[in-house]
Amino acid sequence: MKFLFESDTWQEIYGSIRKNKVRTAITIIGVLWGIFLLVVLLGSARGLENSFNKLFGNFATNSVFVWTQSTDTPFKGFQKGRRFSLTMNDIDVLKSEYSNEIKLLAPRNQTNNLIIKDFKSGDFRVSGDYPILDQIQKKKLIYGRFLNENDILNNSKVTVISEDMYKQLFDIDEMPVGQYIKINSIGYQVIGVYEASNVGNFDGDCAYIPFTTYKRVYNTANKVDWMMITANENVDIEQMERDVILTLKGLHKVHPNDERAFGSANLGKEIGKITGFLTGMQFLTWFVGIATLIAGVFAIGNILLITVKERTNEIGIRRALGATPKSIRQQIILESVFLTTIAGMLGIIFGSLILFGIDSAIGQGDDAVLVNPTVNIPIILIAFITLIILGTLIGLIPAHMATVVRPIEALREE
Amino acid sequence: MIRIEKLHKSYPIGKDSLHVLKGIDLHIKEGEFVSIMGSSGSGKSTLLNIVGLLDIHDEGDYYLNGQLIKDMNEKKAALLRNKFLGFIFQSFNLISYKTALENVALPLYYKGMNRKDRLKIALDYLEKVGLKDWANHLPNELSGGQKQRVAIARALVTKPKVVLADEPTGALDSTTTDNVMDLLKDINDEGMTVFVITHEEEVAEQTKRIVRLKDGLIISDELTKASKAV
Ligand SMILES: Nc1ncnc2c1ncn2[C@@H]1O[C@H](COP(=O)(O)OP(=O)(O)OP(=O)(O)O)[C@@H](O)[C@H]1O
Ligand SMILES: [Mg+2]
Repeated sequence: MKFLFESDTWQEIYGSIRKNKVRTAITIIGVLWGIFLLVVLLGSARGLENSFNKLFGNFATNSVFVWTQSTDTPFKGFQKGRRFSLTMNDIDVLKSEYSNEIKLLAPRNQTNNLIIKDFKSGDFRVSGDYPILDQIQKKKLIYGRFLNENDILNNSKVTVISEDMYKQLFDIDEMPVGQYIKINSIGYQVIGVYEASNVGNFDGDCAYIPFTTYKRVYNTANKVDWMMITANENVDIEQMERDVILTLKGLHKVHPNDERAFGSANLGKEIGKITGFLTGMQFLTWFVGIATLIAGVFAIGNILLITVKERTNEIGIRRALGATPKSIRQQIILESVFLTTIAGMLGIIFGSLILFGIDSAIGQGDDAVLVNPTVNIPIILIAFITLIILGTLIGLIPAHMATVVRPIEALREE
Repeated sequence: MIRIEKLHKSYPIGKDSLHVLKGIDLHIKEGEFVSIMGSSGSGKSTLLNIVGLLDIHDEGDYYLNGQLIKDMNEKKAALLRNKFLGFIFQSFNLISYKTALENVALPLYYKGMNRKDRLKIALDYLEKVGLKDWANHLPNELSGGQKQRVAIARALVTKPKVVLADEPTGALDSTTTDNVMDLLKDINDEGMTVFVITHEEEVAEQTKRIVRLKDGLIISDELTKASKAV
């Protein structure tokens, strides 16, 4: 290994690389392109993944929504087409019966109302909720706080409104917290303003008020419009969805095979589709990247082979002057490794620059397409090292070819 | 220095083989200045290449500096070439992207000498062949005679025991031929064994011993006037 640190070795390599500019350039471009693609592809895939995560990140993904519709089968003396509602009793039963599976259970009641602040007004959704909503569907608050247990216990007339509602109902720079707005002619004190996010918030612009307050003001008695259930980790969410609905059917005297009585949506399933797509993307990225790299390495091998052929005469001369096969091999392999390394580094640099460009162009802000497109340093290092190893191995072939012919045959070549 | 006994060499050509050297016996002592003559295809280059360890013989014995050359691996051959032999070729065989100086210094690189010493010695030898001022020129900036003088400097730089030259003047005009021959004579006067292939009688006359080959056999082997003059 001593030869690696001798300036002569590098002098020789520099000389031959400088002489063969075109093939040096081609080699470098080949490998550079491979690693460049790998970096950019991996980075973009990561960016896409990040943006999905950002979109869904504030939402517990193993959640099921359940609501009632109307029956499609007569049962126990009831006609088909019967309409009914979920009740707080259902909530209690589910909570106790599925205490192991259910992590969070949020009953919800919602309606649309006119909301007035001084001379400004708008039609918005009003939602009666428990504080746990914040855990299922994370709210990022710009001002104040979300609902808490005290609000529930005291049936407080307080509300948390969306950023857009704030902008529509309040003056610019007006402090919303502590002010009063009228929902359906009843005054509520604003205790918080939350930031609108794209997907995590499918309630839209919604004024959240305590569930208990809602019950009183809108006279809903025991009725519950719908519920959101978040399962514990490791719970088969689809199985739980079926089980919960079966239990509810029992409670509401609905035929076990009734397909229409309960509606439900499984968020995990929807997100699973996207995650699957992401996994596929990543697989594709790797596949393309690695294939490109291998192609790059073969390009190096090929070019080295041509070079060795081109330089047969030179190699013959060197051998006549006393170059041992080992020194010839060393030189060729070192050239290969050197070129691969330089090309690989350039590829990483250019790839990173492109990612940086992508990041500043479309990677920032709320509606970023690719959030933080980055590559793992270890992954790139592994790719890089693999490349160098392959470069060495592929360099062995021409190196071997260069030394098996007798020197005189090499010299005879012109 | 060189001792060859019943040396045979054939080249395979398709299924057949071409018998080129058909039992050569040749003994060259240290310090001799020998030329080989013979018509084209008589096997001169073949003989020289075997002597130079660039090729291998089929039968017979070859001793270089008393050492039997047999089943020699390429590494050993490379070391022997580097240590004992210097080559001069008709087509010069300089490395095109290296300067005259670097070309001359190359054998010393394979000897393991450091760059500074190498270049210093190489420059001395370029001076010896009268090309000191051309040290940093590339081969394609030199005339044929200059190139051959660079090649000679390169052959000498390791102080070999034997200098092997395959038609060193073949590509040169008569003036530069005389230049080159004068150099070879100087080398020989310094005690190196010189072994030249040539087609030209005038060139051969300047050596001390002429060996004539015909169809792979030595047909004559005699001393020249030049040798008797000394
Ligand atoms: N590698 C080879 N393969 C097959 N035949 C060869 C090879 N090298 C030389 N020969 C043949 O061997 C014979 C002798 O060749 P050689 O080069 O020794 O001749 P030479 O005496 O040097 O001729 P010239 O004066 O033309 O250089 C020729 O007929 C040549 O065609
Ligand atoms: Mg010849």
